Amino acid sequence: MSRYSLNVNGIARQVEVAPDTPLLWVLRDNLNLPGTKYGCGVGSCGACMVHLDDLPTRACTIPVSTVGSKKVVTIEGLDPQGAHPLQTAWQELDVPQCGYCQGGQIMTAAALLKDKPNPTDAEIDVAMSGNLCRCATYLRIRQGIHRAAEIAKKAGA
Amino acid sequence: MQAQPSPQSLDGMDRRTFLRQSITGSGLLLGFHLDPVGAAQTISKPVSMLTVGEFRPNVFISISEQGVVTLISKQPEIGQGIKTSLPMVIAEELGVDWKDVHVVQGDLDPAYGGQSAGGSTSTPNNYNNFLRLGATARTMLVQAAALTWGVSVDECAAVHSAVIHVPTQRVLTYGNLVLKAATLTVPAAEDVKLKDPKDYRLLGTRVTGVDNLAVVTGKPLFGIDVRLPGMLFAVFEKCPAFGGKVLTANLEAIKALPGVHDAFVLTGTTNLNGLMPGVAIVAESTWAAFSARSQLKVSWDEGSVAKESWADFAGKAQALSRQPGSVQLRKDGDPDAAFSAAVRTVEAAYSYPFISHASMEPQNCTAWFRDGSIEIWAPTQNPAAGQNLVASTLGVAKEKITIHITRSGGGFGRRLSADYIVEAAAIAQKIGAPVKLTWSREDDMRHDHYRAGGFHFLRGALDSKGKLTAWHNHFVTFANRVVRDGQSVLQPGSGASLSGDEFPGRWAVNCLLEQTPMECGIPMGPWRAPGSNVFAWVFHSFIDELAHAADRDPLEFRLELLGTKDIQPGTGERGVSYNVARMRRVLTEVAHKADWGRNKFERGQGQGIAFHFSHRGYIAEVAEVTISKAGELKVDRVIVVSDIGSQIINLSGAENQVQGSVIDGLSTMMFAELDIQRGRIVQGNFTDYTLLQLADAPRRIDVHFLKTDQPVTGLGEPALPPLAPAVCNAIFAAIGKRVRQLPLSRVDLSWS
Repeated sequence: MSRYSLNVNGIARQVEVAPDTPLLWVLRDNLNLPGTKYGCGVGSCGACMVHLDDLPTRACTIPVSTVGSKKVVTIEGLDPQGAHPLQTAWQELDVPQCGYCQGGQIMTAAALLKDKPNPTDAEIDVAMSGNLCRCATYLRIRQGIHRAAEIAKKAGA
Repeated sequence: MQAQPSPQSLDGMDRRTFLRQSITGSGLLLGFHLDPVGAAQTISKPVSMLTVGEFRPNVFISISEQGVVTLISKQPEIGQGIKTSLPMVIAEELGVDWKDVHVVQGDLDPAYGGQSAGGSTSTPNNYNNFLRLGATARTMLVQAAALTWGVSVDECAAVHSAVIHVPTQRVLTYGNLVLKAATLTVPAAEDVKLKDPKDYRLLGTRVTGVDNLAVVTGKPLFGIDVRLPGMLFAVFEKCPAFGGKVLTANLEAIKALPGVHDAFVLTGTTNLNGLMPGVAIVAESTWAAFSARSQLKVSWDEGSVAKESWADFAGKAQALSRQPGSVQLRKDGDPDAAFSAAVRTVEAAYSYPFISHASMEPQNCTAWFRDGSIEIWAPTQNPAAGQNLVASTLGVAKEKITIHITRSGGGFGRRLSADYIVEAAAIAQKIGAPVKLTWSREDDMRHDHYRAGGFHFLRGALDSKGKLTAWHNHFVTFANRVVRDGQSVLQPGSGASLSGDEFPGRWAVNCLLEQTPMECGIPMGPWRAPGSNVFAWVFHSFIDELAHAADRDPLEFRLELLGTKDIQPGTGERGVSYNVARMRRVLTEVAHKADWGRNKFERGQGQGIAFHFSHRGYIAEVAEVTISKAGELKVDRVIVVSDIGSQIINLSGAENQVQGSVIDGLSTMMFAELDIQRGRIVQGNFTDYTLLQLADAPRRIDVHFLKTDQPVTGLGEPALPPLAPAVCNAIFAAIGKRVRQLPLSRVDLSWS
C-alpha cells in the first residue's frame, strides 16, 4: 500500500492503495465517485472515461501511481449541477436508455467540443469510436453533441 | 445507490414503514392486487389518513399536503424506460402535472403484483390497471373538492394537479385536498370513469427519463454503485468449462494476500442457470479482490462438457440434417407430393452462432446476511426469480429475503436469470458483513446464459405461377439435459425451440417443420426477442430467396403469402392468434414510406424488406444499403413501421427503443459470435467480441407508429427481429449475394 495525493474535480484527495490500482477503482471505491463506470477493464469500451489534464483518458488502464499531479475530472466534476451543454443536451434530447455508458460518452464528447467547438459528423465518428453503447443510442449521442455545440455557441454569443 | 441499511427504500421513501403502519391500521389500505392479465381488481376500504398527512389511495400513489405526487415504479428499469412510462400512465388519469411527480423505484413486494421485466410485458400487463389506479385517485380528489364546496361532482373537473369548480371557477389544489380525500371510501370500479384518450395531455408526448439528471451527473443508480457501511468486495471464479467442480485451490496463499478478507470454495449445484461451483475471494476493495484473483490457482474437474466444441456441433448438425427430425412440430397437407410436383425447388442451409448479452454493466449484486434474513440489492429484470433461487438454493424462507431493485446497466434478457444474485447471497451467507460481488467483463462473457446458435435446413417448392406450394424446415438446435418430474429430459434453450405456428407455419398448405436438439452443457437463456431474433432472419431471408427464384417482387410475394384472411388462429400449445390484417397494413405502409419498387438503385445499392410478429407487436422494416466493391457494408437508412396498439405512452422513449433495437439488430448480425472450444467460451472481452460503434450506425432510422384500436403493448423487443433479414435482403438486391451465415463479418461481400 502506498499513499497518493490526487487532484480530483479540483479537490485535493489522499488515498492509500496498492500502486497498481487503476484510477477507476480509486475513484469508485476509495473516493466514492461511482459515476466513472467499469465496463471492460481493458480500455476498450470507454465507460470509465475521465479527463487527465483535459485529455480524455480511460481510468481503467491508468494505475494510480502514474497520475501524479495531473488534474482528474470525472463526470461528477464536469458540472455538478448538470449544466454543461452536453449534460443539458443529453437531458433535452433524452439520450440515455440504461445510461450506464453515458458518463463516459459525455466525457469523451466534452473533450471533443473543447478541441472542436463545432464538430462535423465525421469528426464525431472518429472521436466517439472508443465509446460503446450497448443500448445503441448512437443517433441521439450524435444529435446530442451537435445540440451541445449549439447551446455552447448561444451561451458564448 | 445511497446505501443505508434497511428498512429503507432506494429513493428515500420509507415504504416499508408505511406498509407496516397500513397493516396495523394507522395508515391506509393495502389489498390492492394487480391481476397479471389486467382484469378485475379489488380495492379494500381505506382507513383514515389524517395522522399521516398524505393521500394514499393505493400502494402506488401518494400525494402530500405540499402537492408532491410520489408514484412507485414497480417494474425494474433496465433502459427500456419503464420507470418513466408507467408512472406517466397513472399521472395522465390522475390529472397531475408531470413536474409535480416524483418517481420512486419499488422493492420486490407482493403488494405490487408481478414485477418481471421480460418479454415486453411490463406495458401490456399493467397499462389498463395503471389507468384505473390514477382515475380512482382522481375520482376521490374530485369528490373531496365537491364535498368541501358542497357542490355536485359533476360540476367539478380535475386538471393540472387541482380540482376546479367549473361554474364558479373556484380551485383547490390536490395538496389542499389530501386530508379530505384520505377520509373517503375508495369508489367502486363502475363509479370510476376513465378519460377519453382524445383528451390525453401527457400520453403520447415526449417525456424525458426520470433519472436522466442523475445519469448525466454520475450519481449512484446502478447495482454496481451500491455502497453500504462496512461493505466488503467479492469476486467469484467459476470453472471455464461450464459446471466444472473445484478439486483444489490455493486458498491459504490467497488469504495471505494484501486486503483479502477471506477465500473459500462454494460447492454449488448442478443447475446450469443457478449456483455453479467456484471459488469466492472476499476483500477490502474491488481491486484487492481482482488482484488476488490473478494469483488464484484452481484445479478443476471439468466433466464431460470439456469435450464440446462449436466445430463439432456444426459437423454434427450437418449429419443430423440428413435424418428425419427427432420432433415433428407441424405437418400440413402432403409436403412430399408437393415437392415432387414443384416446378422449382429451392434448398438452403442457414446458421448462426452462440452470442452473449454483453450488457455494459457486468453482473453484480450486493447481499447482507443478518439474523437468518438476507437483504439484497440487485440489478435484475426479475427480482422474484432471484428471491426464489436464493430461497431454494440456500434454504432461506422467501419472507426472509428482501430484494431492492436497482437500475440495470442494460438487460437484454440477461438479468431475467438470477445466478449472480444467488452467488452474492451464498458468499454473504459466509461473511458477517455486506458483500458486493462484481463480475469481471470476462466472467460476464464466459458465464453468460447464451442465445443459442442454430442450424436451419430449408426447402421451398414453387409452382408454375411462382406461388409457394410447400415449406420444409429441419431446425437443428441446442438443449440442456435436465431432470423434470424425476425424468431426465432434453430441454431446448430459451429461444432455441421453434413453434409449429411460426410464420409461414399455418400459411403454407403443405408444411413440414421438424426439430432435432443437440445435447450440450452450455447454459442458455433469453436474449432480446428470444427465438424471433434469429427465426425472423432465417425465414424472411429464405422467403426472399423463394421470391427471387420465382422472379417476383419480394413485397408482392409476401403479401400473397400472408393471404386475404384477417385472422389466423393459433394452433397447438404455443399458438397465438395472428392478426394478418395488422401485418398487411404495416407491410404495405413501410413499402409506401420507403418508395418500394419506385427507386432505381445502382449496383452496390439496394433495398430489402421483412416483417415479423413477436411480443404482441406487428412490425415491418425496409433497409437501404450501400456496399463498396471491396465489400464494405453501410446501412444508409432503415424505415420501421409498427403497430403496437392504440397508444404510444412516451413518444421519446418509444422512438429510442425502436432505434436502439434496429442498431442492436445490426450490431449483432454484423459482429456477434462466440466460439466454443473444450466446453468453454473463447471470447472474453470487447477486444474479441465486437459491438457496433457510432460511426457504423445507420445515418437515418425513420420510426412510424400506426395507431390502431388494439391493446397497448410493449416495445423492448419486437423492432429487433425484422432488421437482420431486411438488411440481408437489401444486400442481395444490391450485389446478388445471399447471406446464409451470421455474423456478417465472416461473409465476403466484395463484388466487381
